[in-house]
Amino acid sequence: MSATRVAVLRFPGTLDHESAATAVRAVGGDPVFTHHTDTALPEGTQAVVIPGGFSYGDHLRPGALASRTPIMVAVKAHAAEGGKVLGICNGFQILCESGMLPGVLRPNASLAFICRQADLEVADADTPWTGGRRTGEVLSVPFKHHDGAWFGDPSDTRVVLRYTGENPNGSIDKIAGISNLAGNVMGLMPHPEEACDPLLGSVDGRALFAALLA
Amino acid sequence: MTLVIVTVMPKKGVLDPQGQAVQRALSHMGFGEVSGVRVGKRIELQIDGHDPTGQATRMCEDLLANQLIEDFHVEVPE
Repeated sequence: MSATRVAVLRFPGTLDHESAATAVRAVGGDPVFTHHTDTALPEGTQAVVIPGGFSYGDHLRPGALASRTPIMVAVKAHAAEGGKVLGICNGFQILCESGMLPGVLRPNASLAFICRQADLEVADADTPWTGGRRTGEVLSVPFKHHDGAWFGDPSDTRVVLRYTGENPNGSIDKIAGISNLAGNVMGLMPHPEEACDPLLGSVDGRALFAALLA
Repeated sequence: MTLVIVTVMPKKGVLDPQGQAVQRALSHMGFGEVSGVRVGKRIELQIDGHDPTGQATRMCEDLLANQLIEDFHVEVPE
């Protein structure tokens, strides 16, 4: 059986596609880079990753311009059929701007770019994204962002991951990651692709990539 | 061609960290009288065809403003 094909999207200004592809390979998937001007996902795509970066230079609002590109029409159709989509950092912002996830990511309350390892608490263990971890278990995953404060109504979504300790960025309810109500679309500001190798100090991010292949 | 000016502002009641930072800086510079600073965007559009105001409004709804956190105002200057 061939490896599960995972489309890894690339927009102008995407930065973390190589790390995302490495993480997909680490869990046994077959990553295929997919360009923002494409009107269809690669043949046989079973899941989509929207990696981090600064698509379109964050002009207008982070994720706003990327969310209106041709490939996102195909990603929406993929999700509407139940296909899995994982948006990381700028990818999370793109999912919110596209309406595939509720809410919006606002500038950090401190207006500072924050880059550090974080402990994330599993807030809802009943989505596919946390790989059998129980509610309350903690994942060690880094984050690096300027616009990471999720703003919206938490009752419109499933809160999957929360920051522990002090709220780092002003996110409502300390939200770090959410999924849609159906559970097949997941967005988070922290970077699980940077927590997939023991060399990086944590492999807790693998659960999110493994979920793409499940 | 009609010049249309779109103003996008953070919604009242939504925290505006940029406005707060500017206000703090102004106050450190000695402009102690200033309060309620909010920072938004002005977008100028040259629009062809009829109903430029309606076209600009649709652009705001579809892209230029995120109405969860922003209000917009469309104006055709005299």
